Amino acid sequence: MSTHIVSVYDEDLKYLTRRISEMGGLAEQMVAESVRALVNSDLALAQKVISDDAILDDAERQIGEKAIVTIAKRQPMAADLREIMGSIRIAADLERVGDLGKNTAKRVIAVASSTLPRQLARGLEHLAELALVQLKEVLDVYASRSPEKANSIRERDSEIDAIYTSLFRELLTYMMEDPRNITPCTHLLFCAKNIERIGDHATNIAETIFYMTTGAQPAGERPKDDSANTVGAVGN
Amino acid sequence: MNMMSEAAVEKALDQKMNTVPLKMIGKDVSVYYGEKRALYDVNLDVRENTVTALIGPSGCGKSTFLRTLNRMNDTIDSCRVTGKITLDGGDIYDPNIDVVELRARVGMVFQKPNPFPKSIYENVTYGPKIHGLARTKADLDQIVEQSLQKAGLWNEVKDRLHESGTGLSGGQQQRLCIARAVAVSPEVILMDEPCSALDPIATAKVEELIHELRTNFTIVIVTHSMQQAARVSQRTAMFHLGNLVEENDTDKMFTNPDDQRTQDYIMGRFG
Repeated sequence: MSTHIVSVYDEDLKYLTRRISEMGGLAEQMVAESVRALVNSDLALAQKVISDDAILDDAERQIGEKAIVTIAKRQPMAADLREIMGSIRIAADLERVGDLGKNTAKRVIAVASSTLPRQLARGLEHLAELALVQLKEVLDVYASRSPEKANSIRERDSEIDAIYTSLFRELLTYMMEDPRNITPCTHLLFCAKNIERIGDHATNIAETIFYMTTGAQPAGERPKDDSANTVGAVGN
Repeated sequence: MNMMSEAAVEKALDQKMNTVPLKMIGKDVSVYYGEKRALYDVNLDVRENTVTALIGPSGCGKSTFLRTLNRMNDTIDSCRVTGKITLDGGDIYDPNIDVVELRARVGMVFQKPNPFPKSIYENVTYGPKIHGLARTKADLDQIVEQSLQKAGLWNEVKDRLHESGTGLSGGQQQRLCIARAVAVSPEVILMDEPCSALDPIATAKVEELIHELRTNFTIVIVTHSMQQAARVSQRTAMFHLGNLVEENDTDKMFTNPDDQRTQDYIMGRFG
């Protein structure tokens, strides 16, 4: 896009873009490390994730403040306005992703003392891999500003939902087998839910990018394949 | 519950917008100042009881177009207008039309407040007197009060109606000019950058006034302030180098315009 007549305005927008990318990188790292900490029962790594969250929170606040000042000073219009509003929303999504990683890390202690089969951890790892791919790709799309790619990410969220549902069923089975599994499995269930939510946030970001670049809302309902909320219901 | 979906509501609103009657229709309007062509085949309609904002960089033809709507360009010898402009279906460039009467129906407020060097009272009564709209002193008193009320100036000047209009502050003078325009009960009010000489408080008062006047009048406003156009208008037309490049709902125009030139202009980018 062409540059602004007032060149510092471009600097303001670049600042927002750079900070969002930084936040994205950190959020991605926190999620990957939290799952690794969970799978390897690595308490030190879990602790690192927990303390990293403060950096992400700070970044979100700074982006919010910069956005407010830019709106007040430049009175942005059209694509500029959408861009700035988009940064606020994306920063909020990334901050939530960090929180979810932190929450997973906190559960490492509780799960570490249990003796659950490795394959459960594998399932979680697989779920996390998919969510991380979504997150990584959506951050790439943020850099490239491609509305087509943003739309294709949005359509892929249902894969994560489907694996989450099967993990949910699996965890239920373990709980039914042995009541001693209930505590660790409940923690893992929350971890799985956290990771599934990360996929949702990636989808949110994709939708925000689509709106930022086109000025239109993405067409149609978001594809959903999360039937975990009806597992165990009559007729299921 | 009978809830309309968001899309249905939006569609209904769109239809409502599209059924607003057209007060003025401009068809293939071109304007020449001597050899120089200032407007190129502009097709722009003015909707009734709607505020239409004309925006664009200096020299784009927005004021020129505004001035064609009540034949203000007639006062410039070298100026020639082609195409057709109608008011309620009647051609305003018809040779038989009385220009004075036209300008009573299509009033104008200028960039710089220009009250007559007369009293506040006489400023407002001048138009009604020459158009024969009032017979008695009581009629005139009523017009003065109503016009100043409509212009949001009554409370500030009611105790000094016979003091000079030029003694008022800039913002008050501009509202006095609006009262003067309103006094002859026009149908359309043209405003050529009415706030560019005013401070932010006086500007806010004029904008509030525009919002209220919309119920009774059709308003066309030329403004260099994009924010002002976004705040006061429902329709916006963007001019560039004598061409109308885009006309749209104001909300769309300032969030997601269709034309790249509009985009660049409102965002302050190099085209």
